Amino acid sequence: MVRYEIDHISPDTSFLEMMDLLNERLTQQGDDPVAFDSDCREGVCGTCSMVSNGRPHGPSEGTTTCQLYMRQFPDDSTITIEPWRAGAFPVVRDLVVDRSAFDRIMQAGGYVTVHAGPKPDPNTMPIEPEVAELALDAATCIGCGACVAACPNGAAMLYTAAKVSHLGLLPQGRPERYTRVMNMVRQMETEGFGSCRNYGECEASCPKQISISFISRMNRDYIRATLVEPVDPRGTMDPQ
Amino acid sequence: MLALVRANARGCNVTATWRAHKIGAGFANPCYCQIHPTCIPAAGEHQAKLTLMSESLRNDGRIWVPRTQGDTRRPSEIPGQERYYFLEERYPRFGNLVPRDVASRNAKDVCDKGLGVGPTGYGVYLDFRNAIRDRGAEVIESRYGNLFEMYQRITDDDPRREPMRIYPAPHYTMGGLWVDYNLMTSLPGLFAIGEANFSDHGANRLGASSLMQCLADGYFIIPVTIADYISRHPHGEVTTDHPAFAEAEHVLRERTGRLLSIRGTRSTESFHRELGTLMTDHCGISRNEAGLQEALKTIPHIREAFWKDLTVNGSGAELNQSLEHAGRVADFLEFAELMCLDALTREESCGCHFREEHQTTDGEALRNDEEFAHVAIWEYTGEDRLPVLHKEPLHFEALPLARRDYKS
Repeated sequence: MVRYEIDHISPDTSFLEMMDLLNERLTQQGDDPVAFDSDCREGVCGTCSMVSNGRPHGPSEGTTTCQLYMRQFPDDSTITIEPWRAGAFPVVRDLVVDRSAFDRIMQAGGYVTVHAGPKPDPNTMPIEPEVAELALDAATCIGCGACVAACPNGAAMLYTAAKVSHLGLLPQGRPERYTRVMNMVRQMETEGFGSCRNYGECEASCPKQISISFISRMNRDYIRATLVEPVDPRGTMDPQ
Repeated sequence: MLALVRANARGCNVTATWRAHKIGAGFANPCYCQIHPTCIPAAGEHQAKLTLMSESLRNDGRIWVPRTQGDTRRPSEIPGQERYYFLEERYPRFGNLVPRDVASRNAKDVCDKGLGVGPTGYGVYLDFRNAIRDRGAEVIESRYGNLFEMYQRITDDDPRREPMRIYPAPHYTMGGLWVDYNLMTSLPGLFAIGEANFSDHGANRLGASSLMQCLADGYFIIPVTIADYISRHPHGEVTTDHPAFAEAEHVLRERTGRLLSIRGTRSTESFHRELGTLMTDHCGISRNEAGLQEALKTIPHIREAFWKDLTVNGSGAELNQSLEHAGRVADFLEFAELMCLDALTREESCGCHFREEHQTTDGEALRNDEEFAHVAIWEYTGEDRLPVLHKEPLHFEALPLARRDYKS
């Protein structure tokens, strides 16, 4: 643990701008800056990853670290900043962790069948609004990994469930619905993520407030996939 | 993105397209950079980005500044007749819905005249008072609730009570690597899609059309053309023992070594900020010959100082974000010159590119289709040598070219 002091931070400074200021100061002094990840800085890319004062993405609900402002912290605060802590996310340096395990889970099943020929007309596949809304709720997952960092077991169930649900609910993703859940869950276990014990910490820390009910959804799909002989319905799709 | 503060992600940069350009890919229309009118203004100089507020806000929001300079009342205390709804007054038919470039230029204009609001004087109000009164708080909340919440989170002000403050910020580069209809650059086998190429937007991207390009390039075109190219050019197994690989590795190692060995006194951030300020001032919302000449004279000096006085800590052997940033800024320092050169060469006002010398008597953009109805493609010819300009003429078949007129 290293202790840094930084003062005259305006309440309108974002948390990561405060880190930028710290790093510029460190560079000027000839010290190594603190490595951390960030990109969009508006809560959509899922790159920022810090645990501040023990909470992934800090004290505010439904907020990524980059959307956190220093007005959230009282004057003279000491803030403890840690990287995501999980066996499947090795620390690369300082606050930067390697989240490529998530990419490999996506590669195992996060795709849909697309016809290589002429494209279908839009609106030929009606989707019920409740189904579309539910799929979109799952699709708000930005893949930041806060769910893993918050989980005492380091489980990636909420992340995997969000991806499995968002794709499996929509007609474009239905052909692979059951093979997808098998493949993604298998990859999740291979990567060394833990198992779900219903602590619910993932939902509480998710900056997009994704519900753990998606985990039950994934479990239902998984059980169905293990009981029924998997059929690849791609061979029977109507020619378009 | 090459500006002091911008609406893009912090990591956006020109490195990939610039380095492709330096080994032979033509760079098209580098001066076309869209400035988005509805961003949250800067709070201070450390600010990393200006968050973009959705354009849809202009459907119900009214944009205004106080009529008199130095009016320090709270916006809600300023009565209607003392508010200057400058877009509605200047463009009665389109009002707050004029295109992005027009809205941005007018916001800058009223701020340059000293009417701007907020701590920096570079901001205008976007007001929902009338919309809430006419349509009801519930309707407005259902349309913009998430945006109001985002604004409140950043500024700690509630836009339902006091108007938002907004200011234009650089947002999107319409220019990029030149590509053919198959989306291949002038380097055989190198394809560029989306914002990296120049193809779809001309001089003024419209709302939501980068999503359109995402689908057109990524879903309709590239799966067919890239597969076709690969099938015609069997390459066998790709290995790293090709001489081109060794050369690229050598160039990269040499450059990394140079950046690390300067050990000067200035941070990369300070050079980034210096260049960004210069470009915002001289190659931003509006441009003129003197300003562009000035920028073209200054950039080589900043570049020279960069390579003499930069300090990058650490080494190239581990993750080193300072080193990465330095490499990005080194590329910006080269690309900035091409951007200014293109802006200087295009002697007309066209879409986002507004040259002060080329405007109508009432201050609107004046195109010169006789001489400039073309894509400007720049060919790299080597360090310290001027790039060569190639022109690809634009032919308009379905619709004749007409002047954009939002005044009448």
